[in-house]
Amino acid sequence: MTLKKFAVTFALGSIALLAAGSVEAQDVHINAAPVGSPSVESGESHIGDITGHAENGKKLYRRFCVGCHGVDGNGQGENAQWINPQPRDFTDAIFKCRSTPTGTLPTDQDLYDAVTRGFVTTNMPQWRPLTPYQRADLVAFIKTWSPRWAKEKAGTPITIPPETPVTIDSILRGRAEFQKLECWKCHGPQGHGDGPSAATLTDSKDQPIRPYNFSTGTRFMCGETNRDLYRIFMTGLDGSPMPSFADVVKPDEGWDLVHFLRTMQPLKTEEKRLWIDYAKAHQNDIKPIGPDAAAGAQ
Amino acid sequence: MSRRFREGTNPMKLSLRSRFFACAFLVLGMLACDVRLASALPTGKVIAIPAFARKYGLPCSACHTAWPELNNFGQVFRDNGYQLMNDRDSPIWQNPSYFPIAFRITPNWHRETADHQVIDSIPGGGGGSVPIDGKVIQSGFDLSGMDLWSAGTIYKNISFVLLPSSDPTAVWHFESAFIRFDNLAGSRWLNLKFGRFELDNIISEKRFLFLTNNGGLYQIYHFNVPGSLNNFGYGDNQIGVEIAGHSINSYERYSIAVLSSNEGGVNFTTDVVPGAPPAGRSYDVNLAYTQGFNAPGFSESGIGVQRIQPFAYIGRRPTYNETTGGAALVGEGNKPFYRIGVQGIFTFKNLEIDPLFMHGYDNAYLGTATPSNSGALPAGSQGPTFNGGFLEAHYYFNPQNVVMARYEQINVGKQALPSAVTGLPGNYGNVKAYSVAYRWYPIMFSRAGLAVHAEYSITKSIGIVPESGDGTGGPPLLPTDGVWSSSTFLGFDFAF
Repeated sequence: MTLKKFAVTFALGSIALLAAGSVEAQDVHINAAPVGSPSVESGESHIGDITGHAENGKKLYRRFCVGCHGVDGNGQGENAQWINPQPRDFTDAIFKCRSTPTGTLPTDQDLYDAVTRGFVTTNMPQWRPLTPYQRADLVAFIKTWSPRWAKEKAGTPITIPPETPVTIDSILRGRAEFQKLECWKCHGPQGHGDGPSAATLTDSKDQPIRPYNFSTGTRFMCGETNRDLYRIFMTGLDGSPMPSFADVVKPDEGWDLVHFLRTMQPLKTEEKRLWIDYAKAHQNDIKPIGPDAAAGAQ
Repeated sequence: MSRRFREGTNPMKLSLRSRFFACAFLVLGMLACDVRLASALPTGKVIAIPAFARKYGLPCSACHTAWPELNNFGQVFRDNGYQLMNDRDSPIWQNPSYFPIAFRITPNWHRETADHQVIDSIPGGGGGSVPIDGKVIQSGFDLSGMDLWSAGTIYKNISFVLLPSSDPTAVWHFESAFIRFDNLAGSRWLNLKFGRFELDNIISEKRFLFLTNNGGLYQIYHFNVPGSLNNFGYGDNQIGVEIAGHSINSYERYSIAVLSSNEGGVNFTTDVVPGAPPAGRSYDVNLAYTQGFNAPGFSESGIGVQRIQPFAYIGRRPTYNETTGGAALVGEGNKPFYRIGVQGIFTFKNLEIDPLFMHGYDNAYLGTATPSNSGALPAGSQGPTFNGGFLEAHYYFNPQNVVMARYEQINVGKQALPSAVTGLPGNYGNVKAYSVAYRWYPIMFSRAGLAVHAEYSITKSIGIVPESGDGTGGPPLLPTDGVWSSSTFLGFDFAF
């Protein structure tokens, strides 16, 4: 092929490309953050030794997140209409999974852990395949969507005391707490997520929301360890009907509740083994959980 | 004489300068097309295998650096058996109307050339016609083959792929078909795949960004020393069983596959279409290990993880057939060969560099096409070897604009028979190839996708028919001739 032919070929190709480019592309520009928000240029996150940069995070957000969380960060991406539960609205800066008290902003580490872990039973996958730097950058960018990040500091993480021993007494006390705190009203007497209030629950966006079903879940939205479970009901899941019990549950009682909740899950745990043995031996002594049970029922 | 078949000329040999300017023009043309787009960071939508994107609602760019090449997130998704591992992977959680299927085809215009072809001096080959050295040129509008992709999960931790694929004339075969049992014994380190599938290579020819006849394949993935009986291609899907595993983020991965020694053929033959020769009864083994890492001090997030993968394929091929009435029944007299090498994917900001090196060896019986039951090998024969690989680079202006370039080289290390016996040059079979391409994804979402694809690729092969097969399909008139074969391509690659 002569150079002339080659030039003509690619001139035509270029014209075709430009013509194609003139067609209105379906843009997904990432829009500017609301007034008063941290700027994309200066936004940072700090995860251990890693510093995340919002400017880098913006590119990653466009690649990985925009389809669900949207170009405005409001959880109204083009896929949001098909997703249940709905994607997080970053402009509210309300986050379920935190180590900080209810009503406060999460730490950078909290957001980083959420991005890393994903949310089981939702469309939010684990983003572990991204490098730690990428995840830190995303955290920095997420924080540019709400003015709250410029006005408030993240809350102080709650203190989680050492776990108490797993005993049948601890499990029974936890069972009594489950009754007394009326956890069963949402999560159901057997933890099936079918309590009498379950069908009426809505989140902060007035979207229907289902309580956690302990009988099928092996992991929680905010983790999978006993410490994660303890943290969940001590901080609450902001934006959802799950409140914080930090003011009404003492640390030891919190661990009792953790130990009882573990008996409801389809896991081979020490808690489960102890409970099964106890239930076999005391079948007639166990009072059912629910509206008819007396407070403190065994 | 037709201008298309100019005798004894090779325009691509005009000068290095001409080629340089031609390539420069191509790159400038691509960049010119891209400037408005890249500088404005137009956004829009990229496609993936839309069946997965539809299922999970993720944009294609979540799994692909640029569709169809996987990024590490996509690699993890694939390693998990096309699951996000969010307890919503089983199809029972899907809308009943969802069906895991996607189509892909590429209408295109392309121009192909191959010089040093043996053609008739008089068209039609009538009296007085003699074979002469000429150049074959063809161009026009065309279609690619079509992929009909179906993949997903049958149940939690049971995944599948069924990929009927056709050539442009709609002759179909099963490119892939397998079932995979994932996370056996609750461990991501134990997954079992059974059927016809791609070898575990992180630089996948099945999911790469080049489409032309010359550039749309990795030369090294299909190379065998000329004259060898070996039909193995590292880039070809094979049939068998694979045990594989990976860490939670797929930074560490392994694959051990036991495969029929028949190049992925079906019906005990050596191909997936009717009429192929019978296969032998032996088995091959493929081993691969991948290590990913974050480069020390690499504080820029860039586009991905650094990955490196050593691999080895050890196989056997028959040297003759058991016959009945002269008709081949079963391949016998198996002799060994191997391919070993290392490949990597390295990223820096928006730049991706993909190098691969491979060393290949065939047994002397294979190399000299000598039946092993025939007695001694020809005098001076030896097991042929080759060394080669490629260096490929991608630059992602953004998820919707990527420009690529690749250089490939294969040198035959040892010829099966010495030059003194064959009269062939020492570099007989050597290959060099250059490719540049640009892809623009004007739309990017989770339902369907479109890529505008421009590419130029040129290959030089010494004394043999180019791997692309363009031209007459035969070797050049002289074994010392370097055959230049080029492809110019503009197409619309779409999937839905």
